Amino acid sequence: MSAVTTVPEGTVNPYALSHLDSLESEAVHIFREVAGEFERPVILFSGGKDSIVMLHLALKAFAPAPVPFTLLHVDTGHNFPEVLDYRDRTVEKHGLRLHVASVQEYIDAGKLRERPDGTRNPLQTVPLTEAIQQHRFDAVFGGGRRDEEKARAKERVFSLRDEFSQWDPRRQRPELWQLYNGRHAPGEHVRVFPISNWTELDVWQYIEREGIELPEIYFAHEREVFNRNGMWLTAGHWGGPKDHEVTETRLVRYRTVGDMSCTGAVDSDATTLDAVITEIAASRLTERGATRADDKMSEAAMEDRKREGYF
Amino acid sequence: MTTPILSAEQLSATTLLRFATAGSVDDGKSTLVGRLLHDSKSVLTDQLEAVEQASLSRGQDAPDLALLTDGLRAEREQGITIDVAYRYFATARRRFILADTPGHVQYTRNMVTGASTAELAVVLVDARNGVVEQTRRHAAVAALLRVPHVVLAVNKMDLVDYAEPVFAAIAEEFTAYAASLGVPEITAIPISALAGDNVVEPSAHMDWYGGPTVLEHLETVPVSHDLTACHARFPVQYVIRPQSAEHPDYRGYAGQIAAGAFRVGESVSVLPSGRTTTITGIDALGESVDIAWAPQSVTLRLADDIDISRGDLIAPAVDAPPVTQDVEATVCHVADQPLSVGQRVLLKHTTRTVKAIVKDIPSRLTLDDLSQHPAPGQLVANDIGRVVVRTAEPLALDAYADSRRTGSFLLIDPADGTTLSAGMAGASFAAVAEAGGSAADDAEWDF
Repeated sequence: MSAVTTVPEGTVNPYALSHLDSLESEAVHIFREVAGEFERPVILFSGGKDSIVMLHLALKAFAPAPVPFTLLHVDTGHNFPEVLDYRDRTVEKHGLRLHVASVQEYIDAGKLRERPDGTRNPLQTVPLTEAIQQHRFDAVFGGGRRDEEKARAKERVFSLRDEFSQWDPRRQRPELWQLYNGRHAPGEHVRVFPISNWTELDVWQYIEREGIELPEIYFAHEREVFNRNGMWLTAGHWGGPKDHEVTETRLVRYRTVGDMSCTGAVDSDATTLDAVITEIAASRLTERGATRADDKMSEAAMEDRKREGYF
Repeated sequence: MTTPILSAEQLSATTLLRFATAGSVDDGKSTLVGRLLHDSKSVLTDQLEAVEQASLSRGQDAPDLALLTDGLRAEREQGITIDVAYRYFATARRRFILADTPGHVQYTRNMVTGASTAELAVVLVDARNGVVEQTRRHAAVAALLRVPHVVLAVNKMDLVDYAEPVFAAIAEEFTAYAASLGVPEITAIPISALAGDNVVEPSAHMDWYGGPTVLEHLETVPVSHDLTACHARFPVQYVIRPQSAEHPDYRGYAGQIAAGAFRVGESVSVLPSGRTTTITGIDALGESVDIAWAPQSVTLRLADDIDISRGDLIAPAVDAPPVTQDVEATVCHVADQPLSVGQRVLLKHTTRTVKAIVKDIPSRLTLDDLSQHPAPGQLVANDIGRVVVRTAEPLALDAYADSRRTGSFLLIDPADGTTLSAGMAGASFAAVAEAGGSAADDAEWDF
């Protein structure tokens, strides 16, 4: 971190912040606003790179005091073991408190039904919204970025949700200057997206600059995968491969982590942060286009899920 | 333009520019945005494929690039942009956050939203039509919001035979008009967004134009201000007090520097109480530094253990802002419910929210015909007007003309939390322009 700034060549004004410093400063401001205005905030933490960066920013925002928020993970039951391991180590390391909302428990209790396609991502909405109600969380930090998807590009940094956690894109509050309006009625809550303005590349560059540890599945490794609808899915207990699908060992890495049933790996030999950044900078596919099946269900898949309460 | 692959070091040395676009429905704004995104490699294969598929299924032959930016169901159904969308693209020199704002007059509040954080606004004009009512509106909003740099993009030059006199006349008319409103810097560029002239590549059809392309200008326009000319301002967001074995006595005041710079050893005042103390340390997210400046998020440590909490403002003792309970401002009304004289509201200024009452609405500017109406009684959605507000507690308020961050505020409905109005404290922009010596010959603007 360069507080006494590294002056980019050719820049006249030494007080120009680098783009990473600007984004970091903005995100920290957002964390502190929430800490100042809400009673019971929580950070959605999946062990994926965006939530890891969020947690890192929160740690910096309140140092040397601890992060004044708890964490919430919605566990689909089909998460990558390496990621769950990372999640638990991180919680332990920083002395944080983690709530887990389990999709599997909802299915076992008969409150949710498995979808025919086996995808559990859309099933996260109910456990998430019920956890929010149960713990009376009034601000819920998400690692969503506007560059991810066209409906997300329309989302505010402070996004008011009603008592059913619903998002109404036509009734959003205009967001002016850095004056975030977090007023809400009892039962309502605000979703907060501190890294709204970051791109995938920004996230990776920041991870490199700050030396942040990641789950190893983000780096190239050999893995047993099979091809379904053009995506390389990891074979495993979650239900793949089916009879006609053939497993093979490939050198791959993940650009996103999520439910194993809908998160695909990409062919890659990038084993270092430098190599990952080079690969992303040259890629002709967005991270969601490359690796997420659930967004391809319809043109408005994300908007529809968000309306229902998805992150 | 081919995008070079950059090293991580080159990438992180770039700066960030936030800008907004404004243009009427048929001025070619989508085409310009599409070209900037496309030529900077920000539209990726899967996004293009999705657009192509969606366009085909609608029976269109060619991909409709507006589908890239119209992210909501309702927008795609109606074929119009309803809400501000934020776009991201990058070149070797700079990263960009583009607030893509709708052009319809009923969405003036969206342009205000986009312009509030923008350091530059691109106003599009159709070369065949020249400066029209909507252009004046966009110039007025840019002036009102004090966007530091305005680009006039005279589009569709291909449809006027790339004729210099056409461009020169529009540029002259717009520049004179915008300057009279107090817009500090105007750059006019003749372009054809469709043909690609002067957007990313210099035009082969307009030898007479010697200035930068749109992208070149975006890449080189200065983004940081002269800190020596700024009043330093630090709204206290949060008090950090670990009370741990390791840090038993640490007490830091966390916030984002709103303007100017702060140095260790500097004598500062805490407002509204007016108590004075000295900065003993600045923690810049884990690193101790001697100086920090806007817009860094830092933590200040002070010599005396005085009572300071969220909502207070720290400023140099020699340059503290006035403290007042009577706020005179220009507001843009952004809610569907009206704002009326006598209404009780909440006022959010920096990190402080206080009760307030609307004492008077002396005038309203109607953007439709740029006419001024005295004593309208209330403001409705998209109205811009002057208001007088009395607050329950004193505020350390700057004029918006001096500091966008500490001169701006929101009015909020205390009943349901709706953001009612975006406020800019101090004299209206025309009055400021007059005070600054510019020729504000249009008396209508003094609202």
